Amino acid sequence: MSGKSLKSIIESLLFVHDQPLSLDRLALILEEFERADLRAALDELVEEYAASERGIVLSYVAGAYQFRSRPEHADYIRRLTKSKGVKFSQSALETLAIIAYRQPVTRAEVEYLRGVDSGGVMKSLLEKKLLRIMGKKDVPGKPLIYGTSREFLELFGLKDLNALPTLKDIQELAPPDPFADQPALPLEAVEA
Amino acid sequence: MQSNLFSEALDQSYRVQIEEFEGPLDLLLHLIKKNEVDIYNIPIAAITRQYLEYMELLKELNLDIAGEFLVMAATLLQIKSRMLLPITPEEEEAEVEDPRAELVRRLLEYQRYRDASQLLSCRNLLGRDVFARKFDSPELAELEPKEEPADVELFELIEAFQRVLARVSIDTFHDVVADGISIADRIGEVLSVLHAEKTVCFDSLFSDGMTRDLLVVTFLSILELCKLKLIKVTQVESLGSIWLTLAAQPEEGELQGGETGNVVHDPAGPEEDSGA
Repeated sequence: MSGKSLKSIIESLLFVHDQPLSLDRLALILEEFERADLRAALDELVEEYAASERGIVLSYVAGAYQFRSRPEHADYIRRLTKSKGVKFSQSALETLAIIAYRQPVTRAEVEYLRGVDSGGVMKSLLEKKLLRIMGKKDVPGKPLIYGTSREFLELFGLKDLNALPTLKDIQELAPPDPFADQPALPLEAVEA
Repeated sequence: MQSNLFSEALDQSYRVQIEEFEGPLDLLLHLIKKNEVDIYNIPIAAITRQYLEYMELLKELNLDIAGEFLVMAATLLQIKSRMLLPITPEEEEAEVEDPRAELVRRLLEYQRYRDASQLLSCRNLLGRDVFARKFDSPELAELEPKEEPADVELFELIEAFQRVLARVSIDTFHDVVADGISIADRIGEVLSVLHAEKTVCFDSLFSDGMTRDLLVVTFLSILELCKLKLIKVTQVESLGSIWLTLAAQPEEGELQGGETGNVVHDPAGPEEDSGA
């Protein structure tokens, strides 16, 4: 079958489904097609949607594909849905950030890093399914260890945990050179 | 070009949170920024004084001071006193670390995660900046229990578990097995089943091949999940099957507040209510 119709089949599936569809899932459904062709078709679709200025983009989140509205149109969509969407408090965001970057992590570790009790906010995030219990730590007290969930990746539009914005490594005690990342002035270019 | 450079620097330095600190580390970072001092060389006496002044202010406002703020005050005073002591020759040889080092590391690390949380918040959030299609499939709606399900009493849950035990105990042999699964592990398993299937029948969590230990651990996990209010246990008809579902999502905005570090803005405190 031609690549063009495969692309259109995948497009239909993605349109109809209300959850992100992974390549694995698509391969199961479209068993008569080669996996490599599926991947190629998906890549092409992503590119086409990105290039043409449609109101829809094909996002790759949490290892799966989903049609999402263009972020620039958020205001208009909010007029339609009349919902404000999720709004996070600073404490919830801090806690999520720590757990996202440090997972697997215990509550005590989160609290040490934040310097405040975080039980309430962690419970709330667990209820929102943004966190998950990954097991328990083999130390006295066997505290539960936490990580972020698939829903976390979907909410923040991340394809996986490696897609988190990179953090600068913690600098050692030595004061950093404040001009280190400042490029040298192109003096010669000016003269020329 | 140059104006770009400057505006970026300005953005950085003016992003301060006033009077709403997430905790002692947040307050300290604010003081360091306000005083324009070098984080690697904190004038500990001045910062400690301002920190304690801030705590005084909290007291005057009759606000409860969270324990974490007191711990940090004690830490600051300890660092201050250690810096006043002359360094003994032995200490000099052992190259004792700057008493402030541990605090600076914590502050920097905290700042790093605080910045990361800003980055996260700037992403295109599903349901806020980007939207996906969603609809309720009619097939799924049919599967859902039609009647308003009733909450299950603990007693009924125990009865159901007794029935499970009765079902398997007759032909259970004494098996010597390696360390069984812990409740915490089982909680994780039960939760992942629930995440995948949304609604799970109580009985289906107890399959026939399970050892008595595992049955008990499973039951205790369910009780623990109820206690944590992470799941909802319901029954469509009396004496019918018992169903487990993930607890309803909390109302929007629940993530605001509910945090002990947020001591400054708490106008709805109990003292003020009674005074009015």
